Amino acid sequence: MKFKANIDIMPHEALLDPQGKAVTQSMGNLGLNEISNVRIGKHITLFVDADNEELASSKVKDACTKLLCNQIMENFTFELQEVS
Amino acid sequence: MKCGVVTFPGSNCNHDMIYALGNVLKQEVIELWHKDSDIQNCDLIVLPGGFSYGDYLRSGAIARFSPIMDSIIQHANNGGMVLGICNGFQILCESGLLPGALLHNNQQKFICKNVFLKPSSKTTPITKQLNEEKSFKIPIAHGEGRYFADDKTLKELTKNDQVIFQYCDENGVVSEEVNPNGSCLNIAGISNANKNVFGMMPHPERAVDLLLNNTDGKLIFESLLN
Repeated sequence: MKFKANIDIMPHEALLDPQGKAVTQSMGNLGLNEISNVRIGKHITLFVDADNEELASSKVKDACTKLLCNQIMENFTFELQEVS
Repeated sequence: MKCGVVTFPGSNCNHDMIYALGNVLKQEVIELWHKDSDIQNCDLIVLPGGFSYGDYLRSGAIARFSPIMDSIIQHANNGGMVLGICNGFQILCESGLLPGALLHNNQQKFICKNVFLKPSSKTTPITKQLNEEKSFKIPIAHGEGRYFADDKTLKELTKNDQVIFQYCDENGVVSEEVNPNGSCLNIAGISNANKNVFGMMPHPERAVDLLLNNTDGKLIFESLLN
């Protein structure tokens, strides 16, 4: 079976995100004063071959913890969908 | 001392490091390539600054899996010395040889200027011969140099005398006003608990030649090499 993983990696809430802060400030320049607390992370997609969803999930988690996400500064969530 | 300077794709301070160690400090220097697995019995391995793998994903994250890193981790675990400057520091944190991580500077700017450093550790080879009353003028050049670690790690670093350099003013006073990037505790460099792996954001290899009117970096290398 082949699965597609949609992975979101975000900086920890407690950490300053200077990129998000700069974008938040520019929202005011656009007149979008209702928008606050922009935070910027990464969205990663990948395909994984596995016998079932549980094994696919385990592989994606492995990829996230070993390379895609540095858990000192970021956290990750992902969703899997089966693709034909 | 036999020094190995590693070049990754995107390293750009490797030749400055080779010049500093070889031409100025008169050490034997071996040029190592990131695909090597043999570190040729070097005593000191240096990971230089630059933008390994274009800083893709996170600074140092992909270089950490270069073939040579297994040998470097083994060298470090056997007590061998490893020094990472700037991107090299980021690679050492990503590899787990040093605790913590380096985040985007708190004002999202790439900073390139001289800063002053206070040698904070009395027990680490890279600082123990330095005059702790003196501040050392060393250039920084980074966009991701904000040292971060959780409170528990910061307490351990302090307790074990692992903070090697802190950003300070010309008189050696450490304060938030002279923290260029928002680093926790003004940390510019740390060592591991065994005091054989060192990482720092500032570039001592850019301050070793009288022609450049600043040789404070030479004193740092002399402390490490002697």
